Amino acid sequence: MKPSTVPASTPSLRQSSGRYLQTKWKGLIIAVPYLWLVLFFLIPFFIVIKISLAESIIASPPFSSLLNWTEDGALQLSLLFDNYAYLWEDELYYKTYLNSIKVAFICTLICLFIGYPMAYGIVRATPTQRNILLILVILPFWTSFLLRVYAWMGILADQGTLNNLLIWFGLIDEPIRMLYTPFAVYLGIIYSYLPFMILPLYANIEKLDMNLLEAAAALGAKPLITFLTVTLPMTLPGIIAGSLLVFIPATGEYVIPDLLGGGNSFMIGKLLYSEFNNNHDWPVAAAVAVALLILLVLPMMLYQNVQARQVGVKT
Amino acid sequence: MSTDLNDTHRPWLDPKQEPFIKIRGVTKRFGDFTAVDNVDLDIYKSELFCLLGGSGCGKSTLLRMLAGFETPTAGNIFIDGEAVANIPAYARPVNMMFQSYALFPHMTVEKNIAYGLKRDGLPKKEITRRVAEMIELVELGDFRQRKPNQLSGGQRQRVALARALVKQPKVLLLDEPLAALDKRLREHTQYELMNIQDQLGVTFIVVTHDQEEAMTLSTRIAVMDQGRFIQTGTPTEIYESPDSRFVANFIGSANIFQGHVITSTADHVVVRSAQDDTLQFTVRHSAELAQNTKVWVAVRPEKIRMLKDAPTTPGPNQLAGSVHDIGYLGRLSNYKIKLDNGKMIDVTHPNQTRPTSGRHLVDWDERVYLHWDSASAIVLTH
Ligand SMILES: Nc1ncnc2c1ncn2[C@@H]1O[C@H](COP(=O)(O)OP(=O)(O)O)[C@@H](O)[C@H]1O
Ligand SMILES: [Mg+2]
Repeated sequence: MKPSTVPASTPSLRQSSGRYLQTKWKGLIIAVPYLWLVLFFLIPFFIVIKISLAESIIASPPFSSLLNWTEDGALQLSLLFDNYAYLWEDELYYKTYLNSIKVAFICTLICLFIGYPMAYGIVRATPTQRNILLILVILPFWTSFLLRVYAWMGILADQGTLNNLLIWFGLIDEPIRMLYTPFAVYLGIIYSYLPFMILPLYANIEKLDMNLLEAAAALGAKPLITFLTVTLPMTLPGIIAGSLLVFIPATGEYVIPDLLGGGNSFMIGKLLYSEFNNNHDWPVAAAVAVALLILLVLPMMLYQNVQARQVGVKT
Repeated sequence: MSTDLNDTHRPWLDPKQEPFIKIRGVTKRFGDFTAVDNVDLDIYKSELFCLLGGSGCGKSTLLRMLAGFETPTAGNIFIDGEAVANIPAYARPVNMMFQSYALFPHMTVEKNIAYGLKRDGLPKKEITRRVAEMIELVELGDFRQRKPNQLSGGQRQRVALARALVKQPKVLLLDEPLAALDKRLREHTQYELMNIQDQLGVTFIVVTHDQEEAMTLSTRIAVMDQGRFIQTGTPTEIYESPDSRFVANFIGSANIFQGHVITSTADHVVVRSAQDDTLQFTVRHSAELAQNTKVWVAVRPEKIRMLKDAPTTPGPNQLAGSVHDIGYLGRLSNYKIKLDNGKMIDVTHPNQTRPTSGRHLVDWDERVYLHWDSASAIVLTH
């Protein structure tokens, strides 16, 4: 630890008044994001919860009010948990949840296995190469996400680029069905979310002191052992950050399963969409959304926990 | 059988001794920059060898080639008779202590020290025992469960040393092991390092840019500059018999007079100052030099005697001037003497008597007479 250079003298009057101003400003600055979150996150969230506890009716809006006046003039609060029970009872819902988590999990794992060596390679490249490689990772963000998914439709279609290419090379005689299969969904999600894995990993691996790896080697650790005992534990925060950045949005992904998976893929985002727009069952749709959120908040809290522990380790 | 005590302590003088580490014609280039330039070196078992040189002269690069982190562009390294070119770092019988210590931040002191033993697959009991021994040796008993960021600089240094030594490597490479410590702790740790080295008998190769540290620690020193060895020898040899102006100036300080040889006999040379015709130096010197050779006479500041009275008989190695500046350091004082011919001379004198009424041995602008023995100066040819 570097020796502290803060003089131990008592703060002057000016300093302490400066500090007072600072705390006042600090409070204000912190208030802004809080206000933002309350206004645009917490309040809408409570509205969604409210809808999820209501009854579906044919009206506008298509759900009942929670507060009603009874005939004898008392205020009545009617909370309906039927929608949640329904999610539990109907196989479709929890199977879709499980499927979403499975897809997101596998995609996260594959992203990690592709992204880790890539991030490591970028860190180890020369400074000029490094900048080019980083730009290449970020470049896809400059075109619309939707456009890129549509591009994949063109590539994967029966008469698409990939099949034509394979036939032209004589590797296959008939087009392989790729579009509207789970494969296309996996591919689309991995492709789209890979940068979210690479960037936090890059930021983390870049901070890794290469002397540590040399120290391990000097102590007799072969490269694989060095990786397992030093590199991996030291880059765990990056692995967790990247994994959550892929896993959480991938679980709720709607566009990719809809466009690339067609009718064959059941992911929770798609179900949500059809409850809302096709069935017009807002309360059930809201319950689906709330359940999804709870499902995703859990790993998030886990991450917070691990990070807090990491802070204790890394000064 | 020769059982001369001196020779067991100075294996480099004994031609029958096989060096433990042999560096032969080793060069390292980064692009077109030559960091280490065709270096030859022998290091013997149980030596505490210092590589001394300014920043960027290639010390760390040479050390890293010994450890196996860099591959020589040319040349060979032999450790214990074996060419190590194809041996990866993890399989070499050397260990390294890094300048930054490179402790594993996610492991406790104990785990850091045990790391190398675990890699050898030793039984758990054996590991526990040796780690405990090592922790005792470096006096870290109270800190075994701490993480590196909960330790002071000196404690980290000792963890790094313990971690590197616990495997009982044949050679320990130390890259500026004390540079991150403050002066007092550094001096204390120097002696600790020497004691530990003495106890374990491991060959130490220490890189440092601090000449005092090198002098205190080492059996021998190699002075490096721009990737080359300028001089190799014991601290005494390097200090008392530097063979170039660079070494004379780099190790301690020296007053250097340029001149030409007038006469040269078997036991002394007479040199006339190039700056001042009336000035002549007599230097005891073993090598004979041709007349008129351009040479430099070097005298260390502490070897010059300073008197207030003019010498009764004129002779060689006598100068006169006035006190230009005094640097009082407590146990000794540095004087800058301006000679009559304008040249500045450094003189160091111990303050053997306590100055009364705040007055020093000599005062500013006082006239003084300087003189040194002909054996105290040396003649340099480059
Ligand atoms: N990996 C490297 N790539 C390019 N230049 C290097 C590399 N390592 C060291 N150098 C250069 O080699 C020279 C010697 O470095 P080093 O051995 O670290 O010096 P020092 O004597 O201070 O330990 C320096 O000029 C340094 O910039
Ligand atoms: Mg260095």
